[in-house]
Parts: sequence; C-alpha cells; structure tokens
Amino acid sequence: MRLWELAHSRTGDKGNISNVSLIAYDEADYERIRRAVTAERVREHFKDVVKGEVTRYELPAVGALNFVMQGALGGGVTRSLATDKHGKCLSSYLLEMEL
Amino acid sequence: MKKIRIGSGAGYAGDRLEPSLELIEHGALDYICYECLAERTIAIAQQARLKDPSKGYNALLEYRMNAALPLAHKHGVKIITNMGAANPLAAVEVVKRIARDKGISGIKIAAVYGDDVFPRIDEYRGAAVWETGEPLERLAGEIVSANAYLGCEGIVEALKRGADVVITGRVSDPALFIAPLVYEFGWKPDDWDRLGKGTVIGHLLECGGQATGGYFADPGKKDVPEPWRLGFPLIEADENGDAFITKVVGSGGVVTTDTCKEQLIYEIHDPSTYITPDVTADFSRVSFTQSGKDVVEIRGATGRARTDTLKVSIGYKDCFIGEGEISYGGPNCVERARLAREIVRRRLELRAVPTDELRMDIVGVDSLYRNDAAPLPSSPSEARLRVAARTKTREAAAAIGNEVETLYTNGPAGGGGATATVQEIISVASILIPRADAEAVVAVEEV
Repeated sequence: MRLWELAHSRTGDKGNISNVSLIAYDEADYERIRRAVTAERVREHFKDVVKGEVTRYELPAVGALNFVMQGALGGGVTRSLATDKHGKCLSSYLLEMEL
Repeated sequence: MKKIRIGSGAGYAGDRLEPSLELIEHGALDYICYECLAERTIAIAQQARLKDPSKGYNALLEYRMNAALPLAHKHGVKIITNMGAANPLAAVEVVKRIARDKGISGIKIAAVYGDDVFPRIDEYRGAAVWETGEPLERLAGEIVSANAYLGCEGIVEALKRGADVVITGRVSDPALFIAPLVYEFGWKPDDWDRLGKGTVIGHLLECGGQATGGYFADPGKKDVPEPWRLGFPLIEADENGDAFITKVVGSGGVVTTDTCKEQLIYEIHDPSTYITPDVTADFSRVSFTQSGKDVVEIRGATGRARTDTLKVSIGYKDCFIGEGEISYGGPNCVERARLAREIVRRRLELRAVPTDELRMDIVGVDSLYRNDAAPLPSSPSEARLRVAARTKTREAAAAIGNEVETLYTNGPAGGGGATATVQEIISVASILIPRADAEAVVAVEEV
C-alpha cells in the first residue's frame, strides 16, 4: 500500500532545506506510519534529490511526522536550476512510498 | 470575554485580491493583514528604490488599496501589511493619495521601518552565513540589501498611536498577526505562552488560502468545494490566545483539521523550537478540533523566551541563469529529447561555454525527482527538454538558450516550441545580529 492511501503531505522550503510533512488521515494510523517511515527510509527514497541529512520530528498531537531534508533544493530557491525550485512536488513523491 | 477577529488578506506578493474584500465585507473583522514579502522580494524592491526613490514598495499596493481601503473604512476594519517592502514611507504616501481620491478623511496611516541595516553592513563582515556556514565577507557577489526581521513592537506602537492602516518593511510574517493581539489584549512582551499561541495563529493565517483548502485538493482523496472562489481564513481569538479558525460562510474552500495540520507543519523544522523575533514558539503539542462546518479550534501552543538576536536577510548579486526548452512529440519522443540533450551538452563543450552548474531535464520524465534511470511506466506522447545553467556572465547564460534554439535546424526531428531566457539572480544570505542593532521606527500621518 502506498502512503498516499493513509496520509497527506505538504512541502516547505527554507534556503537549501526542504521540510516534508506526513500526516495520517486517521490518527489511529499514526503509530503504524511512525514505525515504518524512518528518517533512513526517507533519505533512501529521495537519494536522487537530497544531498544531506534527513531528520525526523514527531507531532503525535496531530498524528504527523515532519522530515527536514538538508541539501535538497539545488542550492536554494533563488539559485536552483530546477523547474521546481521550491521542491513543492517532493511531498507527492513521499506519498509514492510503499508502507 | 473580549474577542477579536483577524482576517488573512494575502499569502504572498502576487496573491488574489477578491477573498480579502469578501472578508472585509462579510467577516465581521477587526483587522485584515496582508503578507506580501518573501525573503528575496525585499532585495529586488531595494533595487527598485535605488532607481526611483518614490518606489520600492509592493507592485500591487495601489491595486489592492484602491479596493480594500474604502471597504475597510466603511466596515471599521484596520489594515496591517508588509507591502511597504523597501520603502514603507513611500507606500504611506500612496495610500494617503488613494484615501484623498476616494474622499476618505480622518484616518491615520503609519509606516513601520528601521529594519534596513544595510548602512552598517561592514560591521557584520565576520558574521556566519546560515546558508553556507562561512563568514559574510567570503560572499562573492555585491551586497545590495540587508534587512532585519523585526518583531511586532513597531506595529503595536503604530496601533497605540491610532493607526487605521499600518505599512511595514521587513517584519516576521507572524508579527503582522501577533501585533493586533498584543495591542488589543495588552499582552506583555514576555508573556511567552500567549505569544506562542499568537505565533501559531499567525502561522496559520500568513499563507492565505493554504489554510482554507488552497494547495490542498487531490481529487477523490482530498476534495475542496468550489476552489475557484476559495475564501481566505480568519480567526477569532480571546485574551488568552485561544482561538478558532474559519472562513466567510458561503465562500469556496474548506476548513478542516486536515487543512490546518498541513499549514501548521508548513515551512517549520523542529516543531518545538520555532524562532521568531517575538518568541520561541512550541508547536509540538498543538492540536485541532473540528467544532463545526469550516470551524476548527486551535489548542496547545506554548512559548519560551525570545532569542537575543535578529535574523537579517542579505540580498546579493549572485549569478546569471540561462535556460532553454524545446518539445518533442509522438513515437520515440523521449529518445529524441535524450538525443537533443546530448547534442546540447556536446555543443556547449565544443564552444567551451563556462558554467558553474549545468542541469538538463526532460520534463515529463525526470525533471522533478531526478530519476532518469527508472523505467518509464508508459510511453508518453510528448517530452520537453529543459537545459539550465548557472554562469558568471550574461553572455554565457545566453549561450544556453541559444544552443537549445539551434536544435530547430541542427537537432533531432520534429522539435518545437523552443524558448530561451536569461535572468540575473539576486540571492539571499542570512546572518544573526544583536537585537539592539535594529529598532522599529514608527511614523504616523493623518489624512
């Protein structure tokens, strides 16, 4: 099952760092998602894009995780050569991950 | 218990106008706040001001105020905005003229500035740049602007002096929304928990429609009613900072715990430590409760003492970016786009065009996730080659698009829709400075 079935996501940018949230539709699924979607797995999933570390923060009160990915935006929004300079589309790619 | 209502008028510099007018007319608001100043925008505005001292404010200021000012005046709604950008004083003159043109009198319009620390930039040569970790003096490009993120204190002072419209330069985004809470409820500057709650309120409102179903729809999975007339959010807060978020009844969009959760985590890193000039806010225990259709209660935010420093955004002339694109369609289009990519790469080498970084994407295949090696799920009916390079000179940047355009007569069969662009890039570097180096200045004018 893809994460897309159970969770939704939004990407934000600060400099060359991207943060991608992962929010369970049903808070009952949070624990299962938390166990499965580790920072290491996310780092591997984004290996073609993310050049630095991935840190995971937990927000159990809203059933969500926040992945902070260093070196993810081709030098940052002002100087990136990407079409998607903000990395806005990274959230959709996280939801492709198989649970 | 006293309550106030604050609406979100804009979530970025070029945002839609109609939702804010709907909020002013039908939102029973006390305040409407327009957030219109992204990190780099002020550097570009500073250059506009250098060319013409009467410019350097948001390009849509007149467009917005022509419509919003008469309505806000009629409904007794105060306007707070960072549309002053690099020139809040000039923006005040514009709004004064609009007021006179519309026959509005007896209102006060305030400028809040003091964020510009460019004149003392030499003092910060040794400061560490957040983006690179290196001292500021190692920055290669010419510095064109330096603006500190001020907190809410200047706006609060303007409101105390009776301002109906407050126009700022660089302040933190949440400060636009915290200021009316601090002013109306008399919150102390070290009431960290309430300021933390105010920060969450500001964070939920500062991106306009992103809290009301904008940037949210995923058909069949997350549906948003009537997104074409998406309404913007408003909050009603009490003196403790407890609040609910909603939108005008009958507007498009949706306010649910899910829309609020997406916006809560937007552009934050450690949720327990969200640093702003006013407070170090803690979002980690925030929760949402759906208390009615399009009504969500916000609970659980706290705060800790603010830091002793202010963040400064420094704009500098970084580089040029040259780009070119061309499309291929029909059978074998991806292979022709790949051949075109190889041709451009070789031609740039043959001409010895100097680039700092070269990137070649095939839009529809690998432009977003860089996964060119992954097998295509199906054969697309079109593919668009995109070549982009960062260069030190305008001439080298122009060569990039030129070598894409020459694919018309020198490349694979059937290329079409070629484009070529060159941009001069102003980038942003961030440093921290002592808090005392930048103090808000308030000027109030009456019409």
